[in-house]
Amino acid sequence: MRRARPPVGLLIPAVLALALIVVPLIGLVQRAPWSSLGDQLSSHAVRQALGLSLRCSLSAVGLSLVLGVPLAWMLARTSFPGRRLVRALVLVPMVLPPVVGGVALLYAFGRRGFAGHLLERLTGITLAFTTNGAILAETFVAMPFLIIVVEAGLRQVDVRYEEAAATLGAGPWRRFWRVTIPLVFPSLAAGAALAWARALGEFGATITFAGNLPGKTQTMPLAVYVALETSPDLAIVMSLILLAISLVVLAGLRDRWLGA
Amino acid sequence: MKPPVRTLAALAVALGLATAACGSSSKPASSGTSTSAAAPTTTVSPGLTGSLTIFAAASLTAAFDDIKANLKTSAPGLSLTNNYAGSQALVQQIENGAPADVFASADTANMNKLVSSSMVDPPQNFAHNALEIAVAPGNPKGVHGLSDLSRSDLKVVLCDASVPAGKYARQALSMAGVTVHPVSNPLDVKAALMTVTSGEADATIVYVTDVMAAGRGVTGVPIPANQNVIATYPIAVVKSTKNPQAAQAYVSYVVSGPGQKALQARGFMAP
Repeated sequence: MRRARPPVGLLIPAVLALALIVVPLIGLVQRAPWSSLGDQLSSHAVRQALGLSLRCSLSAVGLSLVLGVPLAWMLARTSFPGRRLVRALVLVPMVLPPVVGGVALLYAFGRRGFAGHLLERLTGITLAFTTNGAILAETFVAMPFLIIVVEAGLRQVDVRYEEAAATLGAGPWRRFWRVTIPLVFPSLAAGAALAWARALGEFGATITFAGNLPGKTQTMPLAVYVALETSPDLAIVMSLILLAISLVVLAGLRDRWLGA
Repeated sequence: MKPPVRTLAALAVALGLATAACGSSSKPASSGTSTSAAAPTTTVSPGLTGSLTIFAAASLTAAFDDIKANLKTSAPGLSLTNNYAGSQALVQQIENGAPADVFASADTANMNKLVSSSMVDPPQNFAHNALEIAVAPGNPKGVHGLSDLSRSDLKVVLCDASVPAGKYARQALSMAGVTVHPVSNPLDVKAALMTVTSGEADATIVYVTDVMAAGRGVTGVPIPANQNVIATYPIAVVKSTKNPQAAQAYVSYVVSGPGQKALQARGFMAP
């Protein structure tokens, strides 16, 4: 097919759309304190926030894999009453403003929340204002990304491979691990990368539910926000790190989404 | 592999909402309970017409809401929008071109940042405020002073050190020789108070006026004068205002009789 020459009515808004995305990134990069970049990167504040962010976001992805993949499998491979409702519920954290998610978490898992109260009485564990709380908040917002990508992947896999494994005597557990998981691995990796990027950028739910304490719950986005008011250079450096990580995630997903 | 279209659409929606949720928090005045705070003046205030946006420290919320309610009757030609946040956040917003006409800070340090970059007219001090410990209603954990805040069985929240209230609280604690390990550093006094009213934290240090505004939601534990820090509140016209006459009239209103009456009804001290 011959490529059509774009009409001006489409070309101009298209260029503006691109500018809308690119101009802010230029704004960030041109303000970067290049001369002191090395010092800023190795500063305690940056290392502490980055270390905490990596710990929390990777834990959130781990939790999302352990809990989310089974749910994705249930949604893709089984039918049970209310399945459509469950699927809709899974998507709620994606469309909910994160700060609302934080308020919801606070009133459920806070010290006075019904679930938090029970948890504290049974196990002595409290979640609000703890690193575990930050991980929970990030899992809440990130897990849906993993679930829907893995579910879509499971639906594309040819079930005859699993059926063939069954005729050869493999039980359902063995089929899941030895046949299904290897087949959906690309979706699993893409879902995990997306969930990781989302967890890493989490702000609203974290500050509302987990609070803001350096080294405990002050992840990179919170540290950027606080630093913007006290030391803008530090905020820019941390923003650049997050930007770089986002680009790495995109590069990792390029076969899947940038192929077209 | 083809991208799942629904996934991308949902992703776009989620990211859009995420950024929207981080926007500035300008709240409309909503304190209907404060009719006793200051009797509305019957004279129409001269010069107070058009629209004004007031950037005020979060601790001024109740008092400035009252002033707004009073001006509704005495200056009907004025359309007033109040934006409350930590003073440090407001300074950052004004420096980056936020459309503020008047700035009221909870400390002189933040106001001086705007003075030194010539973004505001010379400020005037209009109020003082003292610190107080806020605990759950009835003080179930038996907090009697700053020294109790170092107890390991207490979850204590202190505003971030960049927030005036957080800076003052740390000054008070160091004067009292008390070391506190806060569980969170919220970014304004209202957020700090919320952690106590919601029961997540046991104690925080806020202003006397915040404890008063919270009513039965918290109990205040006074801090003796020799350990207390008195906050000074300056107010100034932002130079980029499009309505300098009204902005100046608003500042005059706050520093003079009716404004002072509204502030003192909410627990502020005269400058």
